[in-house]
Amino acid sequence: MVHFLRKRIISSAVPLFCVVLGVFFLARMTGNPVDLYLPLSATAEQRAEFSAAQGFDLSIPAQLWNYLADAARLDFGTSLRTGQPATEMVLDAFPVTLQLAGVTMLLAITGALLVGSLAAYRPNSLADRFASLLSMTAASIPDFWFAVMGVLVFGVSLGWLPTSGTLGGPEIWVLPIATLLIRPFGVLVQVVRGSMVSALSAPYVKIARSKGATPLRVIFGHALRNAVTPVLTVAGDLTVGLVNGAVIVETIFGWPGIGKLMIDSILQRDFAVLQAAVLLTAVTIFALNILVDVCHALTDPRVRQAVPA
Amino acid sequence: MTREEPAGADGTSPAPARHRPSWWRMLGRDRAASAAAVVLAVTTLVALFGRLVIGDRAQRQDLDASLRPPSLGEGVYGLLGTDVLGRSVLARLVDAAATTLSVAVPAVLCSLLIGSALGLWAGYHGGRRESVAMRVADVILSFPSLLVAVVVLYVFSPSALNLVLILAVARIPVYLRTARAEAAELRSRLFVDAARTFGTPGREIIRRHILPIALPTLLTVATLDFCFVMLTESSLSFLGIGIQPPDVSWGLMVAQGRQYLQTAWWITVLPGLAIVLTTVSATVLAAWARIATDPAQRWRLTLPVKRRGASAAVPPEMIP
Repeated sequence: MVHFLRKRIISSAVPLFCVVLGVFFLARMTGNPVDLYLPLSATAEQRAEFSAAQGFDLSIPAQLWNYLADAARLDFGTSLRTGQPATEMVLDAFPVTLQLAGVTMLLAITGALLVGSLAAYRPNSLADRFASLLSMTAASIPDFWFAVMGVLVFGVSLGWLPTSGTLGGPEIWVLPIATLLIRPFGVLVQVVRGSMVSALSAPYVKIARSKGATPLRVIFGHALRNAVTPVLTVAGDLTVGLVNGAVIVETIFGWPGIGKLMIDSILQRDFAVLQAAVLLTAVTIFALNILVDVCHALTDPRVRQAVPA
Repeated sequence: MTREEPAGADGTSPAPARHRPSWWRMLGRDRAASAAAVVLAVTTLVALFGRLVIGDRAQRQDLDASLRPPSLGEGVYGLLGTDVLGRSVLARLVDAAATTLSVAVPAVLCSLLIGSALGLWAGYHGGRRESVAMRVADVILSFPSLLVAVVVLYVFSPSALNLVLILAVARIPVYLRTARAEAAELRSRLFVDAARTFGTPGREIIRRHILPIALPTLLTVATLDFCFVMLTESSLSFLGIGIQPPDVSWGLMVAQGRQYLQTAWWITVLPGLAIVLTTVSATVLAAWARIATDPAQRWRLTLPVKRRGASAAVPPEMIP
């Protein structure tokens, strides 16, 4: 297991390092990074001073070295908007997004396992076709539109839910979570269903049935355990995609999470914060991918053994 | 093993062989899929010729007609109401269809071509070429596409061309993975061995023996991916870093209508409905195409829905 883990960490560190390098070169591709960091109204002296202070007058390899050293110390400079250290702002915003994403994925996976399994139990039944239609639609609705519609119906017309903000009771969570939920839920229902259909036609399920096991026991006790592996993979990928949704949801509902922080820093050209936020997201995804692989190895012995020594 | 044929999903394939019902017949048997095909065909026609019909209607302002609700009494262009500047929502929807498709279709085609070519090549040759290609795909896929798009559009300017490029690059790994898996499986088949024995060069084997078999799967993935690309484009436009005014896309229309949500719901609701209708249609059609292009499952489409039995769901490699 330790060997598996080490192997996996090394192989997924490559993409992470690529992202770190990518962020560095992206800032330099447009020419002088000073133009990115400083406001348009900065004078020539200010530019020269800033350039020297930040080390932009050094050679590219030297700059790269400094950048990597700073990144290792989690020092990304200060925000142009607030003057706060970028790392601090990003770490403040991060838990908000993590909470949203965590609750969403928990709900999506539980819901999908239930709906998908029940749909797969009788393929092409009315319930199955309804579940398929529902999940296909859910996976194809643009999340920003869904959020706006939610605000229109439940916030503006009915007045049941707040239209934005993070102050208030549990009702503030409903619309953001629902918006984030639809896509992962829709996709996962389809994956669970597909994987359960093949698991339920396996010989061991026939045996369980002929022994007289109840349908619930057949689904949840026998088939689901073997069908869960592809679900885990897709759930991992969907969690990566949840960052896309977080940008949208936090912008619409005004949540101070990392998605809103990123889009705000982009619109206001606050590159230090953007850099820190992108890197933190990349690290989180890196950790998540490893977590998914560990779960894989735990649930499926074949994966553990497949890794060559 | 039934002999595979190159797909003619558009229905233009030559006279159908005896072992396979015609594409039209199979489409007609599936009511949901035929409805989806009609929706997509209409959207494409509107995108291609709509601008010729509406002229400059999408930009023509009329402040007297500001925020008129949908009605039957205002002529064709008043049918779906007007926005705050009095521009016809119908005309803008038509104009936006062309913009939206002019981003989504080239992006899907680019990533389909590049991703499939690389994937087939990597899968057929195997070894180091395969692992390098897969690592690159991992790098691209391990990062949220919207975020990459946002960062790149921040550095470069948001234009339709940049959007197409970013979306194409972001989706290449999907085809690369699918094509690689197909080619890796096919390369050890007997007919490929036979071709190799006759001295056929690798390029020709891929083109003449592997591509025709992998193509249906790749086209199905492309249909499904079309949704994803469309949704990403509209999200970016909604966030203000995609299509820029005076051009208009469906996502941008939703964003522009947001401030008038309380007084004029139609500006926001209608473009969203257009997106949903198109993407749901593409998903339904992709599900149908998966069955129709699979010789082992094709028979299902000749039966009424109830007797078709269990068909597989979306394969994991199609999940964005």
